[in-house]
Amino acid sequence: MLPKLFFGYFAAMITILSLLAITRKNLVHGIMWMLLLFVHIGGLYLFLNAEFIAAIQIIVYAGAILVLFLFVVLLLNVKEEFKGRRFISSWQGRGFVAAALLLGIMLVLQYAVIAPHGKYSIEYIQSETHTKVLGTVLFNEYVFPFMILALVLFVPMIAAVVLAVKGRKA
Amino acid sequence: MDFVMTLAIIAIKITVVFGIVLFHVAYATYFERKIIGRMQARYGPMEVGPHGLLQPVADMIKLFFKEDIIPASADRPLFYIAPAIVVISAMTALSVLPFFDGFVIADINIGLLFLLVITSLSVYGIVIAGWSSNSKYSFLGGLRSAAQLISYEIAMGLSLVGVMLMAGSLNLSDIVRAQHQHPLGMFAFPQFLGFFVFVVAAFAETNRAPFDLPEAESELVAGYFTEYSGFRFAFFFLGEYVAMLTMSAVAALCFLGGWTIPMFMTNAMPFLSYVPGIIWFLVKVYAFMFFYYWIRATLPRYRYDQLMAIGWKVLMPLAFVNVLITAFVKRWL
Repeated sequence: MLPKLFFGYFAAMITILSLLAITRKNLVHGIMWMLLLFVHIGGLYLFLNAEFIAAIQIIVYAGAILVLFLFVVLLLNVKEEFKGRRFISSWQGRGFVAAALLLGIMLVLQYAVIAPHGKYSIEYIQSETHTKVLGTVLFNEYVFPFMILALVLFVPMIAAVVLAVKGRKA
Repeated sequence: MDFVMTLAIIAIKITVVFGIVLFHVAYATYFERKIIGRMQARYGPMEVGPHGLLQPVADMIKLFFKEDIIPASADRPLFYIAPAIVVISAMTALSVLPFFDGFVIADINIGLLFLLVITSLSVYGIVIAGWSSNSKYSFLGGLRSAAQLISYEIAMGLSLVGVMLMAGSLNLSDIVRAQHQHPLGMFAFPQFLGFFVFVVAAFAETNRAPFDLPEAESELVAGYFTEYSGFRFAFFFLGEYVAMLTMSAVAALCFLGGWTIPMFMTNAMPFLSYVPGIIWFLVKVYAFMFFYYWIRATLPRYRYDQLMAIGWKVLMPLAFVNVLITAFVKRWL
């Protein structure tokens, strides 16, 4: 009962907060609701016994990415929402896209199969601590994807540096 | 019944820690003024009580009875929330600090990461305070502070990675125990690079001299809290001093051995082992706080580009080198 109550709280809050975050006219207010949203997502991870992911969720998303968003919003000084022509103006078109997406998700869920339990049971993770288990899996079984991910993140960093250097007069 | 007992014990612990920390904040301001006064060859506060000992009480009464002024064009909800974010984030960090063996409010596996989480959230209080005041000085102070805090956060996180590697744990109590087992007794010796980076980053993270650019009075009046007065201003003040005490405690726990002293010292002088752990912990925290004041009385403020250059071009590479060396030594030696 209690776990369901917790999950219900987090699910409801995440939905409400994301709606609040995207509907605010004031962008700074939107970002503050998003901060609360990220904290709730972190709470959901904690609830799933993933304390390391919860901490990283807040450090990376709330502590770094969202602060940069805030920085951009403050520097551009956009107090009001950007008003331009809508790309798709008919509500029928929007409704159709939403219905198609919902149908697609429903169809996919029909074929979902619950994966067999591996050796990483909750008891095992609790005894070994989540950080250690995650590190062991990540750096033994998934080293190659990890390296590819590092490369994928490294490329835009070079691009950003190139763009910054190009704009500077020698 | 068991559950209620656990809750009651936690509540008592929180009250005790809260009271002690508030007392320390009050007298940290007193000693700051006294020590800086002595360093400048004057007395510091002398009027209220013997040697000015009641000065913090007088200050508190003054701050709480001052008129609470809110700028007419301020963004009210965020203006109200900002000081609360600063104080709450500073106070939450106290919950994972072990003050002596076995006394910690929340003994969690990811204690050190939790501290980084809290420091990353405290940025919001400052930026939002700067933005919602709707004043140029506050706004510039808030922006400076955001850039400074997220730059030095990286260096601080990396400097603590060396400690995590040496201790093999993120739990602060385990880190202290690992230091006690180490032949040198303190990670400050093998991790001297990490300790240096941590100390500089800790000064920058708490907005203290010589990195107090967000509140540089000659340029920005008072930075992000220019428009705040009365008890809202007191909240920022409280948040800053609690953050300083937390940083001192983290330095004591991660680098200076926490509530333990090196084994070679207890072997040489066995009577030292009868001193309770809390005394050692407090001595280390006070020494670090004194260091804060000493630096403030000694060094002038950095220029903004110098601050950024130190953070990104000196501290971050140093921290990386420290992580690489520590990992290498841990793996192959």
